[in-house]
Amino acid sequence: MGEPIIQVENLYKNYGAVEAVRGVSFAVEEGEVFGLLGPNGAGKTSTVEILEGLRTRDRGVARVCGLDPETSGERFKERIGAVLQSTALPDKLRVQEAIELFAEFYRRRADTNALLRRFQLDEKREAFYGQLSGGQKQRLALAMAMVNDPQVIFLDEPTAGLDPQVRREIYDIIEQFKREKKTVLLTTHYIEEAERLCDRVAIVDHGRVIALGTPRELKQRSAGTTRIEVRLARPLADGALGRLEGVADCREFDGQYVLHSTRPPQTIVALVKQLEAENNELQSLEMFSPSLEDVFIELTGRRLRE
Amino acid sequence: MNHAWTLTKMRVRLATRNRAFFFFSFVMPLVFLFGAVAFFARGSSGRIAYVLGAVLTLTVMGSFWGLSVQLVTFREQGILRRFRLAPVGAGAMLVSSILSNYFLSMPVIVLEVILCRYAFHLHSWGNLWAIFALVTLGSAAFAAFGLIVASVTNTMQETQMINNLIWMAFLVLSGATIPLASMPSWIQRVALFVPATYLATGLEGATTNLASAHEVVTDLAALALGLCVAFEISRQLFRWEPEAKVSRRAKWWVLAALVPFLVFGTWENIAGGRLSRMSTNFQTLRSTIAPVETPPAH
Repeated sequence: MGEPIIQVENLYKNYGAVEAVRGVSFAVEEGEVFGLLGPNGAGKTSTVEILEGLRTRDRGVARVCGLDPETSGERFKERIGAVLQSTALPDKLRVQEAIELFAEFYRRRADTNALLRRFQLDEKREAFYGQLSGGQKQRLALAMAMVNDPQVIFLDEPTAGLDPQVRREIYDIIEQFKREKKTVLLTTHYIEEAERLCDRVAIVDHGRVIALGTPRELKQRSAGTTRIEVRLARPLADGALGRLEGVADCREFDGQYVLHSTRPPQTIVALVKQLEAENNELQSLEMFSPSLEDVFIELTGRRLRE
Repeated sequence: MNHAWTLTKMRVRLATRNRAFFFFSFVMPLVFLFGAVAFFARGSSGRIAYVLGAVLTLTVMGSFWGLSVQLVTFREQGILRRFRLAPVGAGAMLVSSILSNYFLSMPVIVLEVILCRYAFHLHSWGNLWAIFALVTLGSAAFAAFGLIVASVTNTMQETQMINNLIWMAFLVLSGATIPLASMPSWIQRVALFVPATYLATGLEGATTNLASAHEVVTDLAALALGLCVAFEISRQLFRWEPEAKVSRRAKWWVLAALVPFLVFGTWENIAGGRLSRMSTNFQTLRSTIAPVETPPAH
């Protein structure tokens, strides 16, 4: 295996007194879809923006395609494509003009018509940017990231704030990148997105990578347990649910109890018995197979979207 | 330079799609021309040449507002960030502001000259080469001054406030609205340090044909030097990110943009003949005003 196409070693970034990135390290191989998964404020965007050359690092190593994003200038920019967390363009710029405009900045240029067709913007080519829906704007941002047929694509929260249907459309596009063996670095706080799209995931929290591996490897940490989420009419005494049969771990988040059980049927029977004994009521009960969310809870004691 | 040209085309296109820009850049200068001719130069071709110089000065000085304000909006809205991802430098972005300003103001300037010549019976074209050179360098220099303000201000509100203050000084002290020769001597001396004075006196001399080649060259030199210094300062202070703030120390750099005009102003105050030339031209115009021939009343 050759040199990784993205290499990050012991990366640090502070904003005044706030330590946004605290010693992040990871490497991405060519053709891999790599995800940075974590809650808002975890340091994902700072990391990715350092790699895009938009921010300077305080310490550490950051290399993309063998180049330092901070000092390699145009040579570096010719090789990357990026979708920012929020892309903004002038409202009165037409879709086709936007793609053509950005294509003109690069030596290597993709065909505008092909991009318009690929990102389903053909019918909107004459529309002003200000007239597009959120999903169309994001598809345009993705098309603009591809105008130079980049080696590495950075996608910073590409589906944040989009409705589920549009989100699925964006997933299809990213899966297409995957089939084309493009290297993609994706940041997200959606579990589903990381599990579905990423070959490997780094879970980031408080500026640090707290776990790294394929989604399957990470989920194996919680292997053998089922997540049971329950809501009760009245709160229970501390630790009462943690002592139920089969429960390996129990935490409370905003009135909701999240149990990890190795024997779910026994746990549920014990739960119902205890509630009857205490004259309490079950308002809702949901069961989930292990996911990256469980890994995050296990490692941090918090939910991903807290 | 290719990137600057690409951006220029985009910015001209965007400006022409903006009704407010159209109003302020196309309609307002023409309204001002008609108003100025009606009030100050009715029936006098000598005065029309003088008015034309002042109107051209105001139109060219408008570049100070122009697309530098657009650049602040782009930064505030995060549009510049997207450009930063592409292989585009600050220089290309700034050059595009200057070029697009120039291309957008030229049609109005040409129209103003043609209207004065044919609709308001201006006797001569004046020194067209000098007018062209002053308009070109003046537009670029004032756009660059606007870019400095855009570079050091953090919000659109702040930009407009500072622009208004500077604009008022340009209006009053340049001689474009009130002839400098009619002002108190100390104001005239202060005006020699104001960039707009060099544009106004230059264009006045060129439209009335009362300036020598040497005098026009001095005006051009002041504007060219001002342009170079202002451009370099705005390039150094350029910010792509909405949250990137300019340090207090960097703001002091703005004063460096005044250096060329401090030098020219000092020289003009000590050894130059600009004030006496302005006074002579003003007296000449007042004494040689020839009424335009009007058909006899029946």
